[in-house]
Amino acid sequence: MKRIFTTIFIGFLGLNLTACSFMKSKSEVKTTSPAPLKTAAVQPPSNTVTLLGAGSTFGYPLYSKMFQAYYKKRGVKVNYEPIGSGGGQRQLFNKTVDFGASDVYLTSAQMKKTKDSILNMPTCMGAVAVTYNLPGNPVLKFTPQILAGIFLGTIKKWNNPAIEKVNKGIHLPDLPIMTVHRTDGSGDTGIFTSYLAKVSASWKKKVGHGLAVSWPNGLGAKGNAGVAGLIEKTPGSIGYITLIYALQNHMSYGLVMNSHKEFIKPTLKSISLAGNVKLPPDTRILVTNSNVPGAYPISGFTWLLFYKNQKYQGRTKQRAKELVKLLWWMLHKGQKFTKPMDYAPLPPKAVKLDEKILKSVTFGVKPLLK
Amino acid sequence: MKTDSLFRFILFLSGALLLVLLGAVFLTLFFSSIPSIKSFGFLFVFGKDWNPISKEFGALPFLIGTFLTSTAALLFSLPFSLAISILLGEYLSNPFFSAVFKSVIELLAGIPSVIYGFWGLFVLVPVVRWLELKIHVLPYGVGIFTASLVLSIMIIPYSAFLAIEILKLVPPEIKEAAYSLGATRYEVVKKVALPYSYSGIFGGILLAYGRALGETMAVTMVIGNSDFLPKSLFSPGNTIASVIANEFTEAAGRLHLSSLIELGLILFVLTAVTNILGDLIVKKMSFQES
Repeated sequence: MKRIFTTIFIGFLGLNLTACSFMKSKSEVKTTSPAPLKTAAVQPPSNTVTLLGAGSTFGYPLYSKMFQAYYKKRGVKVNYEPIGSGGGQRQLFNKTVDFGASDVYLTSAQMKKTKDSILNMPTCMGAVAVTYNLPGNPVLKFTPQILAGIFLGTIKKWNNPAIEKVNKGIHLPDLPIMTVHRTDGSGDTGIFTSYLAKVSASWKKKVGHGLAVSWPNGLGAKGNAGVAGLIEKTPGSIGYITLIYALQNHMSYGLVMNSHKEFIKPTLKSISLAGNVKLPPDTRILVTNSNVPGAYPISGFTWLLFYKNQKYQGRTKQRAKELVKLLWWMLHKGQKFTKPMDYAPLPPKAVKLDEKILKSVTFGVKPLLK
Repeated sequence: MKTDSLFRFILFLSGALLLVLLGAVFLTLFFSSIPSIKSFGFLFVFGKDWNPISKEFGALPFLIGTFLTSTAALLFSLPFSLAISILLGEYLSNPFFSAVFKSVIELLAGIPSVIYGFWGLFVLVPVVRWLELKIHVLPYGVGIFTASLVLSIMIIPYSAFLAIEILKLVPPEIKEAAYSLGATRYEVVKKVALPYSYSGIFGGILLAYGRALGETMAVTMVIGNSDFLPKSLFSPGNTIASVIANEFTEAAGRLHLSSLIELGLILFVLTAVTNILGDLIVKKMSFQES
């Protein structure tokens, strides 16, 4: 029953996308906006395989740009549905996609849910910015204690001594603090709460971390756009959004103190630095509160998920090969698309590890890459 | 003859299809919520926690949010919908004006709820925030109170329209008799028309209530979407419909999904019961007349 609904839903999405791209090609508009399906205006090398992916909305703009470029070059279409990290994981478990995309790695419990082993491969890095609505839009500094205190509800006003202490010279109003969080399961929430759980014992005990948590107070809104909109309309509010969203919408955001007691602005460099730690062989690590000097502490990887043994449910070897080729390309040539789109590229260590992971992918017993 | 039976068949088929659909929706909701029913049982309705991490799900915050917003909306809208229906039923005898008023009410009912939501967000929220600053509660602007205000405007047409129709059912002979005894208009309304229509008006109110229970878009935009028990009328909250709208697409985990579907089942039953009750009362009223 559920699968039927999903199919219908995806069918609708597909229809919309085709309609959009059709209109674009008709009006001959050269656009840089992400469009996963392009009509065959330019005739690329023909290839019958269309790879299917679904998941992370965070990675969607980058992925669709990458897939568009890849299609022009290799003629392999990739149809990616940005249905969210949770949805991407579900679709991979149901084996309705070739790869899932998720802003959190699969937990050990999730990995055990299926007999076939699943690989987690980071593709790029992102960060969550702390944004707020205060008169004059000052650039504020936040310590871990302040952030945890605000979101736990123990710091109630903007002119709290703890905030004033690290923001000397900035006039902080006597305004109640209202927190805003995401209501939909989201990788941003995952990264942000993982950071809070690492820096605050009482947060870890009372709330914990995950794609969706039980927030002790404040308002909820759906998606980055929802959170940003609510903050914009509510004086005295504070929330977290994907850095890319904040950059593209010219929102102000704060500096956050990292584990070396430096106040760091989220930039592509400071985010990439956060990932430059010793990574476990399966890459399943949250690099929040990274111990690298200069690293922005609320950063994280975003992953693609796929099966280690690609021979399942009657998939052809060609399909499996195309998938691995695509992933390899994303790790190397594809990385050049990250910076112009405000994503942080993978640190070299992570690329090395990803190569190893890709080489372990098999079709039956044979590895797909040399 | 043949076309006749064919036509008959098509009619029956369409009718039956509707019944089957209703049953299918109920069954789908029921079967999909079995995991949640199994883990929480009846306590689901009384659970205060909605925690995707510890995997404890309770419907109480949303049930309370739903009842608070709908009931408050009903109370806010009641004086207005009653006044409008009395105005149109008793006072405005000019057919032109009453036609204009009626189409305005119909228009109100036809406005998409997302537009009510927008209006609430841009106009009502700043006003409510100003009010909240005056009475010294946290100035969220959004919250249960704001949602109730938006809802009350949305349901006025539903209760008013029925009340107009029902006031019309009051036999003119009785009213004329009252007038001939020297009663004023106010006395006729108060002592004749209203007592005669009470149960029908109540049925209309129930129908409006059913509509308020399930309203999703406008409420989601202004209620604040918080999963904890609302502490006051001004605190942010969530209704059953709004929590489903917020969390369904990205619910991670089977139990979370199933709990959301069980919430849907509860809402389905609640609205069905209110609608059936309202319908019954209104029908009983109209039958008395004929």
